[in-house]
Formats: sequence, C-alpha cells, structure tokens
Amino acid sequence: MNSPLPLHIPDGFLTVIISGVFWAVTIVMVGIAISKTNKSLGEKQVPLMGVMAAFIFAAQMLNFPVAGGTSGHFLGGALAAIVLGPWAAMLVMTAVIGVQALLFQDGGLLAMGANIFNMGILTAAIGFGLYRGVSGRTRKIRLAVAGCAAWLAVVASALITSLQLWLSGASQLQIVVPAMLGVHILIGLGEALITVAALTFIERTRPDLLNQESVTEKGGRGWIVAGVIVSIGAVLLSPFASTHPDGLERVAEDMGFLHLGQSAPYRLLPDYTIPFLGATPLSTIVAGVVGALVVLGLAFVLGQSLRKAGR
Amino acid sequence: MPVVHPREPIPILDCEGDVLQVRGLHFSYPDGHAALRGVSLKLCEGDKAALVGPNGAGKSTLMLHLNGILEGRGEIEVGGMRLTRGNLPAIRSLVGLVFQNPDDQLFSPTVFEDVAFGPLHMGLPEDEVRGRVDEALESVQMSAYKERLSHHLSMGEKKRIAIATVLSMRPSLLVLDEPSAGLDPRARRTLIHLLRDLPITMLVSTHDLTLVRELFPRTIVMDEGRIVADGLTMEILDDVQLLEAHGLEKP
Amino acid sequence: MHADVFDRYHESESRLHRLDPRVKVAVTVLFILSNALLPDGAWSAFGLTWLLLVWANHLSRLGVDFSFRRSFLALPFALAATSAVFSPLGNPLAEWRLGPLTLIPTDYGLVKFFSILVRSWLSVQAAILLVAVTRFPDMIHAFEHLRVPKILTTIIAFLYRYLFVLADEVVRLLRARESRSAAAPGVRSARSVLWRAKVTGNLAGQLFLRSYERSDRIHNAMLARGYDGNLRTLNLHVMKPGDWSFFSMCVILILLLQLIGRL
Repeated sequence: MNSPLPLHIPDGFLTVIISGVFWAVTIVMVGIAISKTNKSLGEKQVPLMGVMAAFIFAAQMLNFPVAGGTSGHFLGGALAAIVLGPWAAMLVMTAVIGVQALLFQDGGLLAMGANIFNMGILTAAIGFGLYRGVSGRTRKIRLAVAGCAAWLAVVASALITSLQLWLSGASQLQIVVPAMLGVHILIGLGEALITVAALTFIERTRPDLLNQESVTEKGGRGWIVAGVIVSIGAVLLSPFASTHPDGLERVAEDMGFLHLGQSAPYRLLPDYTIPFLGATPLSTIVAGVVGALVVLGLAFVLGQSLRKAGR
Repeated sequence: MPVVHPREPIPILDCEGDVLQVRGLHFSYPDGHAALRGVSLKLCEGDKAALVGPNGAGKSTLMLHLNGILEGRGEIEVGGMRLTRGNLPAIRSLVGLVFQNPDDQLFSPTVFEDVAFGPLHMGLPEDEVRGRVDEALESVQMSAYKERLSHHLSMGEKKRIAIATVLSMRPSLLVLDEPSAGLDPRARRTLIHLLRDLPITMLVSTHDLTLVRELFPRTIVMDEGRIVADGLTMEILDDVQLLEAHGLEKP
Repeated sequence: MHADVFDRYHESESRLHRLDPRVKVAVTVLFILSNALLPDGAWSAFGLTWLLLVWANHLSRLGVDFSFRRSFLALPFALAATSAVFSPLGNPLAEWRLGPLTLIPTDYGLVKFFSILVRSWLSVQAAILLVAVTRFPDMIHAFEHLRVPKILTTIIAFLYRYLFVLADEVVRLLRARESRSAAAPGVRSARSVLWRAKVTGNLAGQLFLRSYERSDRIHNAMLARGYDGNLRTLNLHVMKPGDWSFFSMCVILILLLQLIGRL
C-alpha cells in the first residue's frame, strides 16, 4: 500500500534531536487530548474514536483520477477535526499514523512524533480553528472556510515536513521547500474538494453533527486563535522559505536551531543560491495571501455548486 | 391500521421462578417516534421463545431494554431482580444480548479477547476469566479458534463466537437478534443445532419462520410497539389471518 | 480484493516468533535509534548493523533476504534526501549548471546522502521484520506493557479490527461507483475533475456516517457486556528468562555498534 501523500517521513531522515523534540511536543499534546476527550466523550470515546480511526484509514484509500494518470488523495486530518473536534481528531490521527508506521512501514517509528505533529496536530489546529471561527455563519461560508482549511492543512504539513528535513540536514531548503510545496499545493486542492463534498453530505444527512452548538462544544475559542496563528504562519512562511531560503537559514542560525540538527559546524557558502524571480519579502507575502484568496474563492464556488446539486 | 388482539398473552409453561418479567413497557425515541407502547411479557426457566414481527415493530428496541441500554417507562425484572440503574452491572451479566451484526459484536482483534471482554468487565479474576473463555468456546464448539483473528472468521463462525462472547458471562437469559441472517444453509443448520442444544432460556428475534417452527415451542408476535400474539408456535404459525395481518408469511 | 492484503504477519515457528512481543518492540526501537545515532559515514558500523539484521532474518526462518526483498518501499522518499548531496558544507566535487540553477555536489553532502539512505534502509527492514514475526494484537499488548496509555492502544486495536471491515466497505462503494460511471466505448468520459472529487467526497461522507452509526452499535454491544468506561485487559505475556537474555544480548550488540561507529 502506498502512502497517499509523501508526508510520512521514514526513519533515517531526521536527526535524533529533531525526532526527540517533536516526540516531546506530540506526547504532551496527545496527553492533553486524552484527558479532554475522556471528559467530553466519556465511555463512548473508545468505540467512537476507534471506528473513526478505521474510517480515516479507509478513506485514505479513496482516490479520484485528476489528469494524466495521477490521482487526488485524501489525508483527512482537517475533516476529522471538523466533525470530531480537535482533541478527538488528534487521537484518531495518532492511531492512524501509528498503525501506518507499525503495520505498513509507512513512516518511521523514531520519526513518528514528527509525523503525528505534522499530519495530526497541525491539521487539527488549522482545520478546527478556522472552521470554529465561522461556525455561526451561513453554510456557504462554512463550507468555503472548511475547504480552505483543508488545503492549508496539507500545505502546512508539507512546509513543516520540509523544514524538519532541512533542520536535520537531509535536504537543502532551496530545493525541498519549493518541491514539497509545489506538489502539495495541488494535492491540497483534492483534499479541499473531498472535504467540502464530504461535509456537504454529512450535513445533509446528519445536520446535528455539524451545527453551531456541537462545534463550539468540541473546542474553545482558543482554537480559533491557534488556527489563525498557525495559518498565518504557514501562509507567510511558505513563500518566504521558497524564495528566500538564505533568510530563513540565517534566522534559524541566529536562533540556534541549525545547531540542533546538524552535527557538523555550519558555514554558509554565499555563492550557493537559486535565483528565483526577484521577489521582495512583501511581494511574496502578497502572493501567499492571493493564493489563499484564490483557494477560498474556489471552495466558495464549489460549495455553491454542491448546494445547488443537493437541492 | 387497527391492531388486532386475537388473544391475551398466555405463558406457555407453568414454571417456577420467572427468568424475565416485563410489565407495561413504553418507550419513545428522542425524535418522538413511539417504539414501544405497553409491552408485557414473561419468560420462564427453559423457555425458548421466538419474537417475530415486521421491521419497525419494536423487537430490537425491546431487546435493548432487557439489559438497560435503553431506558423506557415500565418495569423489568430479571431473575426476580428489578432493573434499576444501581444493579445494571448485575443485570447485564444475567442477560446475554447478541446483536444482529457480528462485526458490531466482535470488536476485539482476537477471539480470545472478545470472549474474555464480558467476564473481565464483570471484574472476575484472571484465572476465572480464562476458564470462562474456554468453557464458552467449548459450548459453541469453537475451542480451536481461541487465538484466531476475528476478521479471519466466516460469517457462521463469527455468529457462533458472538454467542460465546455472552455465554462467557454465564447469563440466565440469552437474547439473540436475527441470528440466522446472512448465513448460508450449512452455517444456518449448524447454528440451529447449537441453539437447540444450549441449555439456557432464550428470546430470539427473527424473520426466519422456518427456523421458528423447527426450534421454538413458543412464539411472540409484535407489531407497532405492542405484543399482538403470544402462544404455541404450532398454533400461531397456523393462523394465516394473524400472520398476514402483521406482514408475516406462513412458512 | 480481500482485506487480507493488510496482514503483514508471516506464520512460522522460530525463536523470533516465540519471543515476548515487548522485547521485539523494544529491540526494534533501540535498533532504529542506534542507526540514527551512528555518525555519518560510519560505514563499518553500518555494515555490522546490516549483519545483525541478516542474522535476525535468519533467526526468523523466513529467509535471510526476507526483509531485504520488501525494503524498497522507503525509496521514493529518498528523493527528498537527494538535495543533501548539494550541501554547502565540505569540498565541492563538481559544478553543474541547469538553466538558472547552479548545483554543487560536495563530498560532505555525498556522505550525508548515503548515510541517510543506509539508515533509512536498515531501519525500515527492522520494522518489516518486526511485523512479520509479531501478530499485531500481540504488538498492541506489548505497547500496553510498555505503558502506552490504554485509551490509545484500545483505539489502535479498534482501528486494526475495523480496518478490515471498512476496507471491504470502501471496495464495495468503489465498485458501485464504477458500475455507475460507465462511458460508451470510444467516448471519453466528459465528467470534470470537480465532479469526480464530489463523488469521492460523497463516498467519504457516506463512509463517515456508516462508521459513526457503527460506533453507536459497538458501544451498545460493549455496554451489554458490562463495559463501564474502565478498560480492563489481561496480562497476556510473561517475560521468560530467555526473553531477558535475548534482550540483554541485543542491547550489548547495539552498544558495541555504537562504540565501533565512534572509533
């Protein structure tokens, strides 16, 4: 079985320190998630999250032909966070990623902390945070934001994956960021379309699962803040990292991040750059925002057409 | 549609010590649909009764009440003990409820873990749990399957293991929902032999009237949330008028 | 397709199969950690690590090349590491110009790249061998023994159990979709990507609702058997002296590898 997205980092790519840092963050978040879901779902949490984990796993098998023999795939982190709430989604994604690593060697064991963070925690924050922010709005807006969040979740996962590889010395920033982002900006569109269509279907059949009351119950206002901050971070960082890798490297070096990952002393070779389009930081940030708006527009149009089809 | 009450509910066997008594049970789902409208029923030690009726008659809803998963208005007594919130654990170990789809009933990765789930959650010590698992698998003739993975089992095997998962709790009443659904003829035959030989009081909901005729001396007919007939299987299955009035067909 | 394609366990009678699952899990994790800790370019230590792996394959009686034959699944990801060749560290080996790009492979970068490749290749083989000699339910027990929270191990157990049930359901849904999206021979299906995405999304929604309802029924089945929110499990595995000695031997061997790698 092939990984739907090239986001499952195998063992051997991340340094022990990077793996350890992300394991630590993941363990803390999963610990909180366990106590939160225990409170909100009680005895029902086991069967619900267990079957939902199997659902995400099975849904990742769904694919749809896009063009030229490639297919769109589904990651499901944002959808899980929207319908189950962020904490339950984290546990569900942890189980999915754990089984993928253990049973199918899709993603490593040492790298699992990072993989859970990238595909389970980050996607929950973006998916739920943005959706929670518009939970009281009209259907169209909610679906548009959900699609946007799903796209952004995939892109943000790809971005953080690239950064982890770079900090581990396994990839050059100048190459890995544009490559990973380029692929996932497209894959993310598939994710957005499927998420919106799935939500449309669920809302038509079980509106009670997605009404404002049940969404606000699943996570507090803090999630809106978290979701918006992570999203803005991803939107600002992506174009910056792909066009100004030197800048990012300098920032990372100044903050001491690079020495975390690399065993050898680091020195910059000034003649090693990829001359991208002569972009200034401002123009790349504008580009990021424009990109996000385009996706928002697309998701909006889709939401509308689905609504018509649903009638 | 008016509901015909052709006869008063009559217990078939005159028995000592009722296993189950239900009196005036009413239940409505949150959406307002009234699923049970005054169900009264008595089962005696050794009774093997079939519960028949069209879909939506309330059979499954009634079964979910018998060990307190749903809570309606009315009284339920199991083995002389009145069902309340306080004695739910005790009641649940007395009433073994087997759901229609064995994929819902068997939720553990291995057969052993599934059969052990009941006794383990009754709080029994480890050795006792292991003994109960062996005993339950023995009684459904599946001892060799203890270490098997549930997803490797056939439908018929899953149904038998599903029965073992409640037998391990040593219930005094076995409640089965559609045990023969989805079975091929051979697996169905094996199941019939198994149910016939199990020395335990049984209430079995089914659409399979051939099975009813072969296996159960007593038949209870439900429709629209009420018991409309309760008596000897022979007589009820011969009453074509009654059967047709409730969407059933003479086998 | 039958859901059995998900089974990775290979039935056999061997020392490794009989070993306590937590020893197997712990040794695998230590082995992978050791690979990560070995410095770049520690070729002799990597070579000995590989010998250790061959020996483990031999012990499993599945064939000395068992894990090797299945180890190529991590290769596509190696693409991500190719850029490490052009590390700014070390001495330039060449200079390639590709349009606007100037790529300079370095000796440091080359060593880095191959070290990553070897680490990942060795690690993935250990994981492959682990699932081949350990039944997955036993692996879940191992995690229980190793203090992974019960709620997580139980979710994983449910995932494993219902993975097969839902995968069958997906196959049925996909088949139904295919039989309905027929096109006349020679005529290209005029459906747009948007339409295809919508159909797939509907499938996902349908699958979600079925799963959601199933979890309700399972919850009932659990309640009916006395479940009250407290998960109880049986202590299914007991460490035998042989398990301890095997574990200690592996730890010593891994420490030796680390020593050799740092000489």
